[in-house]
Amino acid sequence: MDTTVAATGTEGQKWGGGTEPLRASYGKMMMWFFILSDALTFSGFLAAYGFSRFKFIEEWPIADEVFNHFPFLHGVDAPMFYVALMTFILIGSSVTMVLAVDAGHQMNRKKVSFYLLLTIIGGLIFVGSQAWEWQNFINGEYGAVKTKGGKILQFVDANGDRVALDEFVSVGPRDVVPYGESEGIWYQASGEENATYTLQEVQRGFAARPDLTIRTQQLVVNEETGANEKLILSREEAMFKLNNQAVGVVEGANLVENEYGAPLFADFFFFITGFHGFHVFSGVIFNIIIFFNVLLGTYERRGHYEMVEKVGLYWHFVDLVWVFVFTFFYLV
Amino acid sequence: MADHAAHNEHHEHKLAIFRGKLKFKNNVQKIWGVLILLSLVTIVEVALGYIKPDILNQEFLALKYLNWIFIILTIVKAYYITWDFMHMRDEVSGLRRAVVWTGVFLIIYLIAILLVEGDYIYEVYKNAAVSSDF
Repeated sequence: MDTTVAATGTEGQKWGGGTEPLRASYGKMMMWFFILSDALTFSGFLAAYGFSRFKFIEEWPIADEVFNHFPFLHGVDAPMFYVALMTFILIGSSVTMVLAVDAGHQMNRKKVSFYLLLTIIGGLIFVGSQAWEWQNFINGEYGAVKTKGGKILQFVDANGDRVALDEFVSVGPRDVVPYGESEGIWYQASGEENATYTLQEVQRGFAARPDLTIRTQQLVVNEETGANEKLILSREEAMFKLNNQAVGVVEGANLVENEYGAPLFADFFFFITGFHGFHVFSGVIFNIIIFFNVLLGTYERRGHYEMVEKVGLYWHFVDLVWVFVFTFFYLV
Repeated sequence: MADHAAHNEHHEHKLAIFRGKLKFKNNVQKIWGVLILLSLVTIVEVALGYIKPDILNQEFLALKYLNWIFIILTIVKAYYITWDFMHMRDEVSGLRRAVVWTGVFLIIYLIAILLVEGDYIYEVYKNAAVSSDF
């Protein structure tokens, strides 16, 4: 072999072959640059979120009101605690991962596999928590009405507390015309047959409850505390808006409408947490693959556990992204 | 031989954080120390987000003090995750700068330009002759 390769005179120097540029192996360096590009992707998403939020700075939903559920605490207002718990779960799984990497440096197969297993469990709990969070967001809690301009009107009582649609709207008869087999269709229904509540029912229920009024998307500054609050209309303004500008009932959130406020909020929430959740899911898959490789002794035979280190870098990156998502979706 | 020495050196961890003020005995201890630090920062964030002290509602550069605190604490957390969990502290400065400076420069540029543009569109909507609230 020596005879086929010309000596360059740079052997023993950096880039001369044999040594590693930047003292990192090829795989590890490429993992770092993949992470850099992925970080820029996530920054693009979060910056776009910031752009839309600055565009609608006076009407963005208040996160504390959107994400206030906690498992087994129905009806209890617990803003942020669940996401805080998710943050701890993900940081915890980061710690078990870095402990696995450390055990890998000591060539301790048993410890590596144990810590990897804990990391996988942590990741699965996190993905499950995200699914639960999505479910709450999609189902919604109070329901609202949207206007021609796409703005959301929410119902509140005299104290400014939110009132759910089912507390004041009674469901009327639905317009369903049954057909027989001879016509080839089962029934024909008016457009809103499948809706829980129609706009007319909401208007009727609202008119019958003089103590209720409407809260708009508009944020106003509370003079006393300096905090942002949603603008509450007077009863007359509320009646006017509901009877003249409302076009439909919104329950829960999806990519088209969002009972909490701007539909863009829901779009960004689904897209960014979804993309992050997809990263967590892929990370769990990678972890499972290297977990079995550790059990099979692949890295033991290879003489080093660098693969655990590289997958570990990816796993920590997922944690790093979550730290930012947590701040910009739930805190700021 | 030089290669072997470099390889060994590479596996050594720098065990001090806070610019050398807090030293750990071994790598595992450092990991737990950093976990405690990250947990404390998160607890402070959640507590501030729950209480939302009125005094922090004042604004500085179009952002509330409270939001500045959240963003700074997030960057602190990001630093310790990258430096200690991802072992950036142990990498040579060339690799560190190639990754961190590139990212930080591009992200600051992107955020600055998009937030300025978003604020401009907000002003246009607000002062437009046509109402956007109907």
